[in-house]
Amino acid sequence: MNDNLVISSSPHIRTFQTVRGVMVDVLIALGPVVAVSILLFGYRALLTMTVAMLAAMLAEALWLHQWNIFGDGSAAVTGLLLAMTLPPDVAWWIPAIGSVTAIIIGKQVYGGIGNNIFNPALVGRAVLVVSWGTHLVGPIWPVPKPFHFFADISAVTTATPLAGEAEALGTTLSQLFIGNTGGCLGETSAMALLLGGLWLLYKGHIDWRIPGAFIGTVWLMGTLFGGAFYNNSVTTGLFHLLAGGVLLGAIFMATDMVTSPVTPWGKLIFGVGCGLITMLIRLFGSYPEGVTFAILTMNALTPLLDKFTIPRKFGEVKQVA
Amino acid sequence: MAMAIFKGGVHPEYRKELTASLAISVAPLPEKVVIPLQQHIGAPCEPLVEVGDAVKTGQKIGESEGFVSAPVHASISGRVTAIGPYNHPLGRKVAAVTIESDGQDEWDGQIGPLENYVECSPEELRDAIREAGIVGMGGATFPAHVKMSPPEGKAIDTVIINGAECEPYLTADHRLMLEEPEKVVIGLEVMMRVLGAGKGIIGIEDNKPDAIRVIGQLIEDKPALSVVPLKTKYPQGAEKMLIQVITKRQVPSGGLPLDVGVVNHNTGTAAAVADAVLTGRPLIERVVTVTGEGIRRPANLKVRLGTLVSELTELCGGLSDDTRKLIVGGPMMGLAQPTTDLPVIKGTSGILALTGEEVELIESDTCIRCARCVAACPINLVPTFIAQAAEHGRFARAEKLHAADCIECGCCAYVCPARIPLTQWMRVAKAEVLARRKG
Ligand code: SF4
Ligand code: SF4
Repeated sequence: MNDNLVISSSPHIRTFQTVRGVMVDVLIALGPVVAVSILLFGYRALLTMTVAMLAAMLAEALWLHQWNIFGDGSAAVTGLLLAMTLPPDVAWWIPAIGSVTAIIIGKQVYGGIGNNIFNPALVGRAVLVVSWGTHLVGPIWPVPKPFHFFADISAVTTATPLAGEAEALGTTLSQLFIGNTGGCLGETSAMALLLGGLWLLYKGHIDWRIPGAFIGTVWLMGTLFGGAFYNNSVTTGLFHLLAGGVLLGAIFMATDMVTSPVTPWGKLIFGVGCGLITMLIRLFGSYPEGVTFAILTMNALTPLLDKFTIPRKFGEVKQVA
Repeated sequence: MAMAIFKGGVHPEYRKELTASLAISVAPLPEKVVIPLQQHIGAPCEPLVEVGDAVKTGQKIGESEGFVSAPVHASISGRVTAIGPYNHPLGRKVAAVTIESDGQDEWDGQIGPLENYVECSPEELRDAIREAGIVGMGGATFPAHVKMSPPEGKAIDTVIINGAECEPYLTADHRLMLEEPEKVVIGLEVMMRVLGAGKGIIGIEDNKPDAIRVIGQLIEDKPALSVVPLKTKYPQGAEKMLIQVITKRQVPSGGLPLDVGVVNHNTGTAAAVADAVLTGRPLIERVVTVTGEGIRRPANLKVRLGTLVSELTELCGGLSDDTRKLIVGGPMMGLAQPTTDLPVIKGTSGILALTGEEVELIESDTCIRCARCVAACPINLVPTFIAQAAEHGRFARAEKLHAADCIECGCCAYVCPARIPLTQWMRVAKAEVLARRKG
């Protein structure tokens, strides 16, 4: 007779899914983006990403007094995402400070994973923008040097397509799609970002609603109100989609589970809100880009969205066939 | 034809291959049976026998005055050796009658078929079903005759037989449909007659194509009956899901299937009804799947009610040393047991031994708000919020979040990557909310 039978409540079987597994999958999803940014910007990209990830993991491990610096993997994700929002030629200490800020101010002071209100990576970025803005959002950006790993990318510079009409017209949609243009590490290649997004959708880690609504809203607003400066209004809409951080934000930032709604309608409204605010800033604000601020604003509204979008339970409306 | 589906649900590993192809074998007559006086939802029975009495197989040994109740019968012939509390699959001790076998299996002479059941009145049939002690055999154990007595003014047009068997591992219903399909069909026809329902539907998950075929052939020339293949997805066999998928009707929150003109019964229940009218024999045996990685020789067994689980596990080669969990029922909704010293009852569809690997008691993490539980809940609840409310004792909030509607299917806890025992919290919340409503 076996007398060490475990007694616990049903269900007695579970998926083998773990928080760590989810985080590892997000890292995998970022693989193509990482690859493209290294191809385009060489060792500087690799350096920035490595510093950001290491700093984030170290900060978290120290805070939690844990030896395993990878932990549940969420710090690595935060660090890498932060790096994605930085310019390729940024000074090495910028990602370090940003990551530590992201982990400590963005996450741990709230009580760690699951409890933070704002996307930690974006908190890190926001603090960097406010404190060392000139290092981040200068008018001049390095031109990518594809396949030159040791290239000194700051030698030739350009402006990002979002900086103004003239710059925009200098970049074709296909250039934007592939990513061969100036911009932050993780935002230049739409192709790589979409690939990662598809993987996350396939694995069930993100719901289509947030990126779908975000992207859809940006395109719609760009088409309706962006003017026809980029050939015609539809291509202007596409331009707004592909240039800047919309895809990175929509696929990897706004979908951060902890800081976005859990209800289906909440997700949809969240996505629309992100798109709306992004475009209001782009079209009518004084900054060329608004993704960070848009997502942070919607993060703040998340508890409210959840509260008012509790789904209708099964059988609430009597249906008689 | 595209199959209708319900929202949410999960796709666990089904593991039915362990027993799906094994024909039902009849377990040897037990030396001793322990028959709990309560094997159903409702009023417990009072014993009709005393210690020392001789009893015959099929003899009624427990009865209750209550309408929501079902009598119990001796499942072997022999002598009553004890009446008193005994381990029960529901976790507490329940008064039970212990019978030691005389090895004869001599049936009660009064038992005989209903004369020409096709011409019996609905009332006669219903009484026969009640007398036979038939309850929901899928595990819910709700007395069958009660479900077949709809209140005045509620017309029932459809009877559904639940052949989904969506719980992983279990194959008892599957084998029953393959090996005794006539009984399932006759049981269904009797129920339709009792209820005056014009339509009878047998819903079977599409991972059992052989059962769909066998039953389909059997009812070919019966226009009132049909087989509906169901998508294999847990909890397809949950009453509300099944009815929605088959009839497109949603059982209202807090309501019953008969509110939408439907009564549904489990496959085993239908077969028991057929037995009751064809032979007059009460419910004294059932098919049990004994399976799991911890069982050396898994099997589908026809066993007398009251047979001890320990006897069945021995029969199947014993529990392996690494068995860590013993479950009565399926892995999603069954109950973990501390011992094998407990009887098979009317609602015991399976005995499952899981080994260490599957059991893994891992500490839970904080909720990462991944919303998997929300997507998985077939009732459209937000399990993570209700669990949080329950954890903090905020039951008014739990009620507002519809905790009382939870069907305890286990999908939320199944998918949670943080391994939060969500279903357990749902039960806490639901019990508390219902208790408060009663005041
Ligand atoms: S599945 Fe678990 S971790 Fe995800 S939202 Fe639900 S409770 Fe939280
Ligand atoms: S909340 Fe209840 S009904 Fe919903 S998935 Fe969890 S156990 Fe099932």
